[in-house]
Amino acid sequence: MDDLSILWLILAAALATYATRVGGYVLITRMRTLPPRLEQALNAVPAAVLTTLWAPAFFTNGWDVRLALIAAALVSLRYPGLIMLAAGWAAAMLARHLFGL
Amino acid sequence: MNKDIVAGLKGGAVIALSASPFAVLFGAVAVDNGLTVFDAALMSATIYAGASQLVGIELFGQQVAPWLIVLSIFAVNFRHILYSAAIARHIRGYSLLQKAIAFFFLTDPQFAEAIRRAEQGRPLTFTWYMAFALVFYFSWLFFSTLGAWFGSMLGDPKAWAIDVLLPIYFLGLVLAFRRKPGFYPVVAASMVGSVAGYYFVGSPWHVSIGAICGVLVAALLPLPAQPVAAEVSEEAAS
Repeated sequence: MDDLSILWLILAAALATYATRVGGYVLITRMRTLPPRLEQALNAVPAAVLTTLWAPAFFTNGWDVRLALIAAALVSLRYPGLIMLAAGWAAAMLARHLFGL
Repeated sequence: MNKDIVAGLKGGAVIALSASPFAVLFGAVAVDNGLTVFDAALMSATIYAGASQLVGIELFGQQVAPWLIVLSIFAVNFRHILYSAAIARHIRGYSLLQKAIAFFFLTDPQFAEAIRRAEQGRPLTFTWYMAFALVFYFSWLFFSTLGAWFGSMLGDPKAWAIDVLLPIYFLGLVLAFRRKPGFYPVVAASMVGSVAGYYFVGSPWHVSIGAICGVLVAALLPLPAQPVAAEVSEEAAS
């Protein structure tokens, strides 16, 4: 592909991405009242989408990644985000370099 | 300095830090696939959606029709439609221009942190939103350009356990919602859907498949005894 068509391709992709970021808002504000089930579905969006961003990593990797995620989950029950991140990272480093997982 | 600015900058810095290895990775892979440093930076600056950027450069290298590449990127980013629908009621106070700007920056962590903030009863001001967004945006742009420049000099990210940072970060965000009604069935459905999607369809489609499973289960769960609408107006009043 030549340089100019790559440029246009990137800009078209940017526009398509922006459309997804505005689209839900445009659709939802067309409705006057939200049916309760739709409301309930929208409330579940964060947990439903964000789960897909870690679950495959947990189930398709080895015990190094699993231990890191388990350690992070336990720590997150009491401590804030950065400490959880550090705990999970430390667990992965230990698992890989000390236990060779 | 304004409290919202400080909170936004802090939150944005945490996610900027955990995402930076992935930005570097994107830049490195982009140049590896024949893109210039400028193209890689332009993708980060205008598309600003990590997973779809990686899908894009994967397809640039092959003989794929341009419209198909754009469609693939659209499909990978489809989950943002759910985000902008879910965030709509929390940003009613924004002007039309503020909304148009805010939606450009609506990434996964931006959405999750914004919703969490709104549900904790703290105001989701435009100031907080943009402080968070701009830290993340410019660090994403900076690190992907850095990766494009120095990509070939990178060692193995696995040796430094950099690959586990984002999954940990997202797991933490999910757990922050654990007291919401229907949390466990939704997470279970999304887990099954995304893992099955990962095996049988492949990445990155597992994201949309898992998300749809979770949201469908939420829609089918029994409604609470109190009408949900009442709960929403309470939230708005607080």
